Amino acid sequence: MMIELHDIKKIYPIGDRMLTVLNGISFTIEKGELVAIMGASGSGKSTLLNVLGCLDVPTSGTYYLDGQEVSKLNSKELAHVRAQKIGFVFQQFNLLPKLSALANVKLGLEYADADDYSSAMRSLTTVGLADRADHRPTELSGGEQQRVAIARALAKNPPLILADEPTGNLDSKSGDEIINMLTALHAEQKITLVMITHDPHIAQHCQRIIYIKDGMVEKDEKVQ
Amino acid sequence: MKKYSKLLRPFRNAWGGVISHKLRSMLTILGIVIGVSAVIALMSIGKGAEADILARIQTLGANLMMISPGSQMGAGGVRGAAGSSASLTLEDATAIAAETDLITSVAPISSKNMQLIAGSQNMNAQVTGTNTSYMTVYNLSTTSGTFFSDYDYQTGTAVAVLGATVAQTLYGANDPLGQNLRLGTIIVRVIGVLGSKGSVSGSPDNMVFIPLTAMQQAVAQQRTARGEQVISSISLLVKDAKNSASTVLQLTDLLRTRHRLIASAANDFTITSMEEVASTVSDTMATTTMLLGSIAAISLLVGGIGVMNIMLVSVLERTREIGIRKALGAKDTDIWIQFLIESAFLSLAGGIIGVILGWGAAILVSKFGAMTTVVSMDIVVLAVSVSIAIGLFFGFYPAWQASRLNPIEALRYQ
Repeated sequence: MMIELHDIKKIYPIGDRMLTVLNGISFTIEKGELVAIMGASGSGKSTLLNVLGCLDVPTSGTYYLDGQEVSKLNSKELAHVRAQKIGFVFQQFNLLPKLSALANVKLGLEYADADDYSSAMRSLTTVGLADRADHRPTELSGGEQQRVAIARALAKNPPLILADEPTGNLDSKSGDEIINMLTALHAEQKITLVMITHDPHIAQHCQRIIYIKDGMVEKDEKVQ
Repeated sequence: MKKYSKLLRPFRNAWGGVISHKLRSMLTILGIVIGVSAVIALMSIGKGAEADILARIQTLGANLMMISPGSQMGAGGVRGAAGSSASLTLEDATAIAAETDLITSVAPISSKNMQLIAGSQNMNAQVTGTNTSYMTVYNLSTTSGTFFSDYDYQTGTAVAVLGATVAQTLYGANDPLGQNLRLGTIIVRVIGVLGSKGSVSGSPDNMVFIPLTAMQQAVAQQRTARGEQVISSISLLVKDAKNSASTVLQLTDLLRTRHRLIASAANDFTITSMEEVASTVSDTMATTTMLLGSIAAISLLVGGIGVMNIMLVSVLERTREIGIRKALGAKDTDIWIQFLIESAFLSLAGGIIGVILGWGAAILVSKFGAMTTVVSMDIVVLAVSVSIAIGLFFGFYPAWQASRLNPIEALRYQ
């Protein structure tokens, strides 16, 4: 079991009222699964991503990630979990503009306290950008930047990769390339991959889709 | 090697921050550079002036002590007419000379401004009647001829030794030795010329020296009520400059007893030791140096505020970077240390460049200006460590702000 959520609630106080964003979410994701989480904007899927990515803790409920309970950790412990277990792929790519592609990939390894930086070049090769290792993000196309971001997530070989609208900022051709790359990587390396998206076309590439609505799981179904 | 690389990580990240914003980093460094170089240049000018003055005092010798009558008399002023201040006597000098465990040489001095006439030349100068110890006490030497001898002193021979300026004024290029010189009412024979001591206040260059006994013939002598012979002042050398404070106390005791002063009466003489003068001047100059340094330190402070300003802007501008680093697993302390090292580095670089510039400025001032400068290592060490401290102090708050950014909000920041 990679992810195990039990009755996760996230409630924000807004003035003197309480805003319930996640209202009791429970599901499990097996190791090696490729799952899409779908929902309209305001459905709570971004908040769910923050909880899944250990960027935030739930107000109540329990979250086991890779066998470890992470729902009650402090910020230092959460940082450690992020460094060791989670690779992020963001809609905005989120590369550091002043660093080369290779240095960006290494950055993910640095905070994971890696001893060996050779995997940075290996994962750049995996995403087909070995020849662009010295280029800065501004010298790369959107699709290439997202591939660098994928390489950064892969390099530390985390048990879980979380992709937040990975094609949201790309044209459809580059978007398809990225999706094909992610599904291929999933098939080859048996990584657990959770994608947050509102695009049903992309979700169709996954094995399973969890629909979120009003902070609750609306539907959870296998893709045919 | 790998452990080493992990330790270096925050330094590498900080260095990245510095070089990726070159202009901004340079402007920040400039603020510190100006502050540090101002501190070093001004402090070294202050220290140089102090060393200069002390060196001039030292030429007189730290063992020198001067006793003058009446505290109301200005130091080095004209030893004036009668009255309460005519309290020092030749007999006092003789009694002091007997204290051989404290004192090595004693020179009684009776001086008066007189008109000197040599041939067609004339000038006014101070004529000093003294004994042979004067040479030792003031560390004088003759460039030609000799100083008068003990025999001259005992017999009151009418001979004179000229200060360098006096000899030059009266005789020019001619040899003054053997010439007759008229001092007021008496005529003396010139037997020696002193080497120049430079333009210290009360310099012997402008004086004429004759035996005290000869002076008694030139000027009507004053006597105290007890019949002792009044003199202008007494100069002496103490055995050990380190004990000058206790020597002053013992001499005070001796003179009070001799002058039969009752316990409630004030001293009718003043004892000035060069050691004290030197330490007073040194203290005064140290205060001046500190003042100069403090003024310069204000610019260092302004530089520090500049560092803080830049770091705050930098944190704001790099909010997204901080969010990315945190998402990748950076702990709050990782971010904190990175920014702290960055500001410390900027200040240290400013400090080092400032030392070089300030030192250079000090060297230029002493080379082309009239002032002596002394760059002391403690100022350099102080300025550099203060600049690092400023970097840490003014970098602390921005770094702390950076470290506590919420990663979710930081990632959303545009």
